[in-house]
Amino acid sequence: MAEPIAYFEHGADMGIVGRGTFIEEAFENAARAMFAIMADLGQVEQHECVDIEFEEADTEFALVTWLNLLLGQARSRALSFGRFHLRRDGARWSGTAEGEPWRSGLERGVEVKGATLTGLSVTQQHGIWEARCVVDV
Amino acid sequence: MDLGRLKEINPWCYALTPLPGEERAPVRLYANAELLRGMDAKVLEQIANVARLPGLVGAAMTMPDAHWGYGFPIGGVAAFDADAGGIISAGGVGFDISCGIRCLRTNLDLTTLAPRLERLADVLFRAIPAGVGEEGQLKLSPGELDAVMRGGAQWALRHGYGVAADLEYIEERGCVAGAVPAEVSDLAKRRQRGEMGTLGSGNHYFEIQVVERIYDAQAAEAYGIAAGQVLVSIHCGSRGLGHQVGTDYLVTLAKAAGRLGIRLPERELACAPIKSPEGQQYLGAMNAAINIALANRQILTHLARAAFAEVLPKATLETLYDVSHNTCKVETHVVDGKPRLLYVHRKGATRAFGPGHPALPARYRAVGQPVIIGGSMGTGSWILAGNPEAQNGAFASASHGAGRAMSRHQALRLWHGRELIHELAVNGILIRTRSMRGAAEEAPGAYKDVDLVAEATEKSGLARRVALLRPKACVKG
Repeated sequence: MAEPIAYFEHGADMGIVGRGTFIEEAFENAARAMFAIMADLGQVEQHECVDIEFEEADTEFALVTWLNLLLGQARSRALSFGRFHLRRDGARWSGTAEGEPWRSGLERGVEVKGATLTGLSVTQQHGIWEARCVVDV
Repeated sequence: MDLGRLKEINPWCYALTPLPGEERAPVRLYANAELLRGMDAKVLEQIANVARLPGLVGAAMTMPDAHWGYGFPIGGVAAFDADAGGIISAGGVGFDISCGIRCLRTNLDLTTLAPRLERLADVLFRAIPAGVGEEGQLKLSPGELDAVMRGGAQWALRHGYGVAADLEYIEERGCVAGAVPAEVSDLAKRRQRGEMGTLGSGNHYFEIQVVERIYDAQAAEAYGIAAGQVLVSIHCGSRGLGHQVGTDYLVTLAKAAGRLGIRLPERELACAPIKSPEGQQYLGAMNAAINIALANRQILTHLARAAFAEVLPKATLETLYDVSHNTCKVETHVVDGKPRLLYVHRKGATRAFGPGHPALPARYRAVGQPVIIGGSMGTGSWILAGNPEAQNGAFASASHGAGRAMSRHQALRLWHGRELIHELAVNGILIRTRSMRGAAEEAPGAYKDVDLVAEATEKSGLARRVALLRPKACVKG
């Protein structure tokens, strides 16, 4: 399998890619790709866990909804997330994000404002799911 | 960008010729061939898509600093008439609603500033919450946030942030009408809780600049600026609340468009008829976010004054102008000899009212609105003046920045934050940041030539150059 996390070029913002054997794994890796823009995930400790739940039948809208709910929870709770879990039951998605409050020793990248519908796709090829979109920084 | 399908109207304005059978409004690109060649081909694709949206008046346009965005290109301008089935688009405004620049003029010159610059940069870095994860001192309850959404910079002033004279020099006197806090989600309000009075990151900055050269003496005098004078520019927007409003409505409007019978060339154009319930909901939420941005820059102005007072007690900082560049605003423009009420989307574009416009403060009415083109942290920025609409064919709009010349990933491959900051310091520019990655992504070389953008803005009739500013110290997010 190609790298579970990757990036693609966009003139002003950044394209993120998450891959996995299951669609949920691809979404989890897309979340890791997005949060790695904001912090070194290797440094983020897992002190707090936040539940994420939503309903969305369209898998592309589901990706954007998942990423944006994570961003919303991270920003509203002033947390940096480093670990993600997601389950799917039809149109119902439920997951968790784990992380810690921002601290001075945490190496910072740049803030992601939102996941966009640009470059958005969720596809499966040769048994591998790939989820991608442009995020606004 | 391949210029093959472009027809030169004049050396600073091009039209996109339609393909056989293509039905859309005209497309105008304000730039010269050099700037156009450097633009991503996606700009052309995106602005042609905008020209297919219902109710568009005149042409869909790009400014000289245009680059690939989402939905609309950044540097895109489009006006819609509600009575002609016109739409409002979340993709035409962007996530950072009312991102803009507040420019302050000081009573300092470089000679006075230079010996204290290092300390001032340190004090500002401590005073201005900047970068991902940084929160402000002000924590507002949902009820208090509703009041900010209704009051904008006027709310900030009532709560002790700034002076009354500031309001005169902010678009809409610091408070846009039509804000409906009830249309803003609870999550958006929660995202803003710790983010009032924060700078953000990415291309946002707080910069101390010096006026290097005056190009238009009359306008410079009206704006109160002279060569050698120290200015301050604050570039930021509506923070988490605005980002969440953009997020919420991008998906809502993308889904609504199909239901409302709008065929979107791409769903990232997410829009609804202005007169539809969804369109009105977005309008109310977007106006609420605009007021958050105006209040945010007002609070940062207050923090800047306190920091300057600590280092240079005799310094004064007056608001020169505050202009937003991610908005949809209701304005009257003369089209085919008749005034029409239009919803003007400016995505990465600045409003540029010309001389005599009634919305301008009396001090600037004779020369036109200050237009601020923010450059990179190592090159320069420009102040221009708005032209009469007879010259500005873009619904009183102009460029907003240098525009990126390469992606953030390309920049990361070429520069390292610490080395870049050292190089800039050697050249007399102090950078304060918590993110070395952010510094590298924002390297001056990653941006287009801001001087060329300013020249194109002038030559295409959008605005005229007044002053060139050089950076001396910059707090980056």
